[in-house]
Amino acid sequence: MALIEMPPGRDLTDALVERVLAAANARTPLRIAGGDTKRFYGRPVAGETLALAGHHGVVRYDPAELVITARGGTLLADVEALLARHGQRLPFEPPSFGSLATLGGTVAAGLAGPARVARGPVRDYVLGARLLTGDGRVLKFGGEVMKNVAGYDVSRLLAGSLGTLGVLLEVSLKVLPVARGTRTLRRHIAAQGALELLGAAAQRGLPLTGSFWSKGELYVRLEGCPTGLDELVPTIGGELLDEPAAASLWHGIREQTHTYFTSARPLWRLSLPATATATAAGVALVPADRVAFEWNGAQAWINGVERQTIDPITRAAGGHATLFRRDDTAVGETSEVFAPLPAPLLDLHRAVKRVFDPAGILNPGRMYANL
Amino acid sequence: MAIDAGLLRELGLVLGPGLLSTPAACVAYECDALTAHRHPPDLVALPTSIEQVQQIVRICRRNSVPVVARGSGTGLSGGALPVAGGLLLVLSRLDEILEVDPRRGLARVQPGVTNLAVSEAAAPHGMYYAPDPSSQVACSVGGNVAENSGGVHCLKYGLTVHNVLAVKLVTMDGELLTLGSETGEAPGLNLLGAVIGSEGLLGIVVEVTVRLLPLPRRVELLLAAFDDVGRCAEAVGQVIAAGIIPAGLEMMDAPAIKAAEAFAGCGYPLDAQALLLCEVDGLPADVDDELGRARALLEAAGATSVRVARDAGERQRMWSGRKSAFPAVGRLAPDYYCMDGTIPRRHLADVLAQIAALSTAYRLDVANVFHAGDGNLHPLILFDAGRDGELQRAERFGADILEACVAAGGTVTGEHGVGVEKLGPMCSQFGAAELATFHALKLAFDPAGLLNPGKAVPTLARCADYGALRVHGGRLPHSHLPRF
Repeated sequence: MALIEMPPGRDLTDALVERVLAAANARTPLRIAGGDTKRFYGRPVAGETLALAGHHGVVRYDPAELVITARGGTLLADVEALLARHGQRLPFEPPSFGSLATLGGTVAAGLAGPARVARGPVRDYVLGARLLTGDGRVLKFGGEVMKNVAGYDVSRLLAGSLGTLGVLLEVSLKVLPVARGTRTLRRHIAAQGALELLGAAAQRGLPLTGSFWSKGELYVRLEGCPTGLDELVPTIGGELLDEPAAASLWHGIREQTHTYFTSARPLWRLSLPATATATAAGVALVPADRVAFEWNGAQAWINGVERQTIDPITRAAGGHATLFRRDDTAVGETSEVFAPLPAPLLDLHRAVKRVFDPAGILNPGRMYANL
Repeated sequence: MAIDAGLLRELGLVLGPGLLSTPAACVAYECDALTAHRHPPDLVALPTSIEQVQQIVRICRRNSVPVVARGSGTGLSGGALPVAGGLLLVLSRLDEILEVDPRRGLARVQPGVTNLAVSEAAAPHGMYYAPDPSSQVACSVGGNVAENSGGVHCLKYGLTVHNVLAVKLVTMDGELLTLGSETGEAPGLNLLGAVIGSEGLLGIVVEVTVRLLPLPRRVELLLAAFDDVGRCAEAVGQVIAAGIIPAGLEMMDAPAIKAAEAFAGCGYPLDAQALLLCEVDGLPADVDDELGRARALLEAAGATSVRVARDAGERQRMWSGRKSAFPAVGRLAPDYYCMDGTIPRRHLADVLAQIAALSTAYRLDVANVFHAGDGNLHPLILFDAGRDGELQRAERFGADILEACVAAGGTVTGEHGVGVEKLGPMCSQFGAAELATFHALKLAFDPAGLLNPGKAVPTLARCADYGALRVHGGRLPHSHLPRF
């Protein structure tokens, strides 16, 4: 139980501050890039690239604290490998979308993988951050402790902010131990039946840490102590996958290399109330092979259809849609990526943006126009 | 700002009998549970609808009247202390549970609903609301959102921020905004995360959607005694390093053990220097597995005895001592001063040793009873305000403890909030640039600066003074509530 000795990495804070200050003075927009693996996500940003990859290194890690602090440009893969060596992991199972993904980019994108259904989103695990603002200030918010109510929780505000509020120089994340055991089941079942089964399992408190339905196949992942899992397996039913097959399946879902995700564009992500009726009402509006869902139905994917098909679904089911991956062959695609905000809420977003980036040079327009 | 007749008339038209303006009626709201600070409000509004809240804040905005929101008034840091010339917006009449849906795993409630009422409404569906601050029979969900309240189960189940899906917020302009969504994902910035714990400075929370969890199938409680505080603190880290995340992991030192045993008769070993309460919950197989491993670890870590509660009755008895520790310690001296710092767990033994040394130096006793799993300390400094200089000594002692927490990489408040009480210590935790950013963020939400002014974030000028929580005569308001 102690701090783990780490190589020093590289701290480019001074150079980054200088670069941001120069850009602020010249009103030059900056496109913040970690590993540039999520460039497809969000609205396109026209600006000079501010590369974070050289600003890397784990600053502090003590497994007994369940906290890791690393510079924004640290490779996600390096962080995950380090945690794995100590029997721990990032609880939200973030997608990397490429080997160069960074920890800063992971937090800024705010994307979570299959385990989000059980363990919650990225923002739940952000404990602290060191932030470089758009006017060159280096600010420290939060810290490395689990409970901290001193000051506004700016570090959680940064989760999913897509670099619009500042450059993540350093983040502290809560981590958790890996499960003692895991089982993955495959069942042939229609969407409605799958949603009902998942809803009932969640309500009974089963340790369901991943669910994925596509083309009439439901995959369910359970985690916990092995003896308990063996008792639970029959309550879900279906066929047990061996460990390599299961690992490869969940990796494919998390990284969107599974055939569902590569088959058609555009790819829409729908955030829906987790009820069988809601999700089923939505998915009934498109051909079944265009639909997949995760998180017990709270996250649905629809591919190969245009916005006019999506809007009635979110209207019928509640929730909202994101244009997750555009159709790159479509010429002159300029449509919005994220669901529109009511005017007073968008005004508040812009006011908050001005607090951190008064000149509006950091990833301008990545999330919404004029933000 | 004077309260003129025109303002009274305008507010009266909206509120009718829900407007209090006589000193006799207003005095009941002069403080929250931080009773050392009192200020009778000039006006008290008791709205019964969101529309009324919107109308009230619009009137106040137009007349530049500050607005302080108040839930049940159980806060420990003075967040709901009225401000001069202001209106106290009491949300306790917005107390309806609007919806409990086990299928979607959520409840939608008005801000005045008490924390415990949510779990009680969910219980018939086999579910509950996880955050359980000790004042949960009385504290309101709206207040929990304002303070980002915790409880004894935070290590595994998180704080309020982890269990709230959405809020409806009335801004100082009277706009009604929805932040977050019942799906747990909302487009845009995570403004919900910034609002939770913002102590009423950013907006008025008028509806809260909380996540419900299935009640754990099985709960077990371990009680481990140690003959050394440092060894007990080390054991905390060892349990967590072994991959066990207990639902609760609470520690008490000898003065707290003795006080609690005398108060509650809960069967604690009186010869122990430190006690650890370790609760594990979940599915039966997982609980058996964790219980066995935790027990072995605690024994290997040098526990002099490890006991598992035989049944729910004994479990409750073992918890009762911990939960009544504040009032129990309150009987040891005329006054006590409760601190709320949080530190990385690896510094627990060291900071506890520093507190013991400070206790000797200041010639004041201290009892420690705290959320060890979270590193959230609650040292209770015992003193007698009637004796010359003791209050000042206690305050300096407390300030030194918070300095030690910050020096160890921690925070000056883990769950009680800053309010008016910790404005001073905030200055040691944050630099001028961060404090200026906090003020700017407030103005982004509340450009006129009318919501709960002067709380939570110190002005740079203020950064010379330190406030204090004093509990006179061993009594907290709401003294029937357990405090942990």
